[in-house]
Amino acid sequence: MRTITSESITKNIKEMCIEANYSLSKDMEDVFSHAVSTEESNLGKKVLQQLQENLKIAKEDQIPICQDTGMAVVFLEIGQDVHIEGDFLEDAVNEGVRQGYIEGYLRKSVVADPIVRENTRDNTPAVIHFKIVKGDGFKITITPKGFGSENMSRVFMLKPADGIEGVKEAILTAVKDAGPNACPPMVVGVGIGGTFEKCALMAKEALTREAGHFSEIPYVRELEQEMLSKINALNIGPGGLGGVNTALSVQINTYPTHIAGLPVAVNICCHVNRHVVREF
Amino acid sequence: MEKKIQLPLQEDTVEELKSGDYVYLSGSVYVARDAAHKRMTDSLDKGEGLPIEIEDAIIYYMGPSPAREGRPIGSAGPTTASRMDRYTPRLLDMGLSAMIGKGKRSKEVIEAIIRNKAVYFAAVGGAGALLSKCIIQSETICYEDLGAEAILKIEVKDFPAVVVIDTKGNNLYEN
Repeated sequence: MRTITSESITKNIKEMCIEANYSLSKDMEDVFSHAVSTEESNLGKKVLQQLQENLKIAKEDQIPICQDTGMAVVFLEIGQDVHIEGDFLEDAVNEGVRQGYIEGYLRKSVVADPIVRENTRDNTPAVIHFKIVKGDGFKITITPKGFGSENMSRVFMLKPADGIEGVKEAILTAVKDAGPNACPPMVVGVGIGGTFEKCALMAKEALTREAGHFSEIPYVRELEQEMLSKINALNIGPGGLGGVNTALSVQINTYPTHIAGLPVAVNICCHVNRHVVREF
Repeated sequence: MEKKIQLPLQEDTVEELKSGDYVYLSGSVYVARDAAHKRMTDSLDKGEGLPIEIEDAIIYYMGPSPAREGRPIGSAGPTTASRMDRYTPRLLDMGLSAMIGKGKRSKEVIEAIIRNKAVYFAAVGGAGALLSKCIIQSETICYEDLGAEAILKIEVKDFPAVVVIDTKGNNLYEN
C-alpha cells in the first residue's frame, strides 16, 4: 500500500492547470511546425504564422494561449494499492483547479447551473474521470477544454450495417459542420464502440493522446491517416479561411460494443489542444 | 488587400470593404458576448435603453482572461459569433456598424448586415495572446457581475482582422 497526500494532488493539479494554458506540449508544437511547412494558401499561412507567434508570446509573457482557458477536464488513473490521505479526493482536485485558475490569471468560465448560469468565479467544479488500475501508481491528465470546439462535437448512434464507411461519413460531417467555428486547424478525437457515454469519453481521451502519433491497431491507424487526408482536402483551412491544414491530427480510440450498435463520438478540439500528464 | 482603418467606421469606408480584405483596426471597440447580449436584449424588451452607444459602434465578441498587474487586458481572442446571432439583427437595425468574432453567421444576420450596410470581421480564433498586444486600454462599462462576460470598452491599435461578410453579403466562408 502506497500513500499519497491530498495536498500533493492539489499542488500538482494547480501547477498543471497553469502549465497547460501557457504552453503547448511538444507533440502539438511538432504538428504545428509540420502545418506551417505544408500550407499552400496565403491567408492560411498567415494565420498559422500568427498562431505560432501567439504561442511564443504566451510562453514569454506568461499569458494564456487562448482567453478560453476551458473547463478543466481531469483524468485520474489510480492504482488499486494507493491510499489517499487527507481531504476527500474530489475536493483536493477542485482545490487545485481553484488555485490554478485564480493564481494563474486564467479565465473563470464555469457557471454553477446550466440554466440559472451564475459564474462560480473560480472555474470549479472540474469534470473528473476516475479509473482504478493495477499497481500503486497515480497518474493525472489535465485537459482544459475550450467550448468553441466542444460545442461542435457530436455523437452518432450508427447501425452495424453502416460499417466503417458510416464512421468516415460521421467524422467528415462533424468536421464540415464545425468549419470555422471550431478554430481550425483542429485536433479530432474519435471514439468508436462501447455505449452512448463510453464513446464520448473515448473521444475525449483520444484528444489527450500525443498528436501526430497514430494508433497501434493497424486498421485504426489506417483510418486515422485516411481521415486526416480527407479532412485536409475539405479546404476549411487555418482560421476557416481556406487551405490544406484543417486538422493537425486525427486520434481514434475503440472499445467492444453491442451486437445492435455502432456508436461514434467526434470530440473536436481547436489547435490549442492542451494536455498535461504527470505520474507519481 | 490590406488596409489600415480608423474607427468609428465611415459609411464610404464600410462600402469599400470587400470580403477577403485583411484589415488593421484602430480606435474604440465595445466587448460583449453571450450573457451581455441576453441582458441588453432583455432591457430592450422591457422598453429600457442600452448601456452602450450602439449607433456606429463595433462589438467584439470576446471574454478576456484576467489582466496581470500593469497590463490592460489578459488573453483576448474572438469567441464564436453564431451564439450571438439571435440578438444581432436587432442591434444592427439600431445602428451597430460592425462585429468582430469568428465563425459562421445565420441567414437573418447576413440579411441584417446587407440591410444596414454593416460588416462582419473575423479575428484569428485562439490567438488571444497575440491579439492582446493590439489592445492598449480597457475599461469596464457595465454588467461587472457577469465576470468575464461584462461589457468593456477597449482601445485597439492595428488589430488584425479579415472581412468575412461585406455590405453586399459576400461571405468569405462560402468561397
